[in-house]
Amino acid sequence: MSRALNFLALLLLALPLFGAAHAGEAAKPAIIIANPGTQCIAPPEEMRRNHMEMLKHQRDRTLRLGERSARVSLNGCIECHASKTSGAVTGSNENFCQACHAYAAVKLDCFDCHQPKAGHKAAVASGEPQ
Amino acid sequence: MTAPDNKRRNFLAAAGAGAATLAIAPGINLIRVSAADEPQTKLASGKVRWGMLVDTTKCATGCDACVSACHQENGIVEEVEDPRQRSQWLRKIDLVEQGTGRQHSLPMMCQHCAEPPCVDVCPTGASFKRADGIVLVDRHTCIGCRYCMMACPYKARSFVHEPLTTQNPEVPRGVGCVEGCTFCVQRIDRGKNPACVDACPEAALVFGDLNDENSAIAKKLKEVASTQVRADLKLDTGVRYQGI
Repeated sequence: MSRALNFLALLLLALPLFGAAHAGEAAKPAIIIANPGTQCIAPPEEMRRNHMEMLKHQRDRTLRLGERSARVSLNGCIECHASKTSGAVTGSNENFCQACHAYAAVKLDCFDCHQPKAGHKAAVASGEPQ
Repeated sequence: MTAPDNKRRNFLAAAGAGAATLAIAPGINLIRVSAADEPQTKLASGKVRWGMLVDTTKCATGCDACVSACHQENGIVEEVEDPRQRSQWLRKIDLVEQGTGRQHSLPMMCQHCAEPPCVDVCPTGASFKRADGIVLVDRHTCIGCRYCMMACPYKARSFVHEPLTTQNPEVPRGVGCVEGCTFCVQRIDRGKNPACVDACPEAALVFGDLNDENSAIAKKLKEVASTQVRADLKLDTGVRYQGI
């Protein structure tokens, strides 16, 4: 009995060591600064933690109440953060949204419906055919 | 469907926000919700009822300018192999009157009913009517059950069967959700007409506020005989037809 307890205690002590060893394996996401010199709608710490809540509240206001050109906007995110090479925020692990979501293993559903590529916004706003 | 009763919600909001209260009698207080929550930008207004009048005497057989404009504005690209599965927000139909043989053509789309059956049957609340009368699908809550498609007497809704990549950034749409004509809500919110109205070469479509006596559509409805399709269902459609 006491031997079993000793073994368990050893195992518990050793767990943090295993954890530390594994943490080094997943490469940190490489985030490219969107447009140096420009300012996001909130500091990075807040955006990292709360962007999903901001978007979730705004989507209902936009769709159900018709509130356009609000401060929080998914198209706004995309216009700034789309990759300079692919023009999108998803598609590869170097692209802005997917980089962190792949690292954090959080499924990204937005772009099943929303357009992940930048560059269409001006054409649509002016009513010109694309 | 009537507007939700917000009395309890407003009371809770007021209690939480420490809103102004006014005692009108012992134990009875008038409560006003804090103005801090008031929206900052112009929202869809309940005073407006958007509607469209289609002059079928002008609508030309074989012309599909409205359909092409709809597809371009809303990012609809017909990539799906099976034509029965293609999205159809707006379609042209040709009618032949039996007996006389009189032919005419008209566009058919979501009629933006005041009493929409699609909203009644939706199990998740995804199908809804905006304050200004536009009937929409909230794809965030749509589970793709397609009850609304069966409930709609106008066959105005489509189901997206395959993943899409051609969305207009202003018009998100995707696999597993039901969709239909939105009156180009993204354009209306910026003070423009729906794409089909601007595209019609015969100017057969008039769009505007049914509640505003001075709008072009209200004036024309006062002048000419118009019909609601399946008026017997008493859905009070926002889209009216002239000459059928």
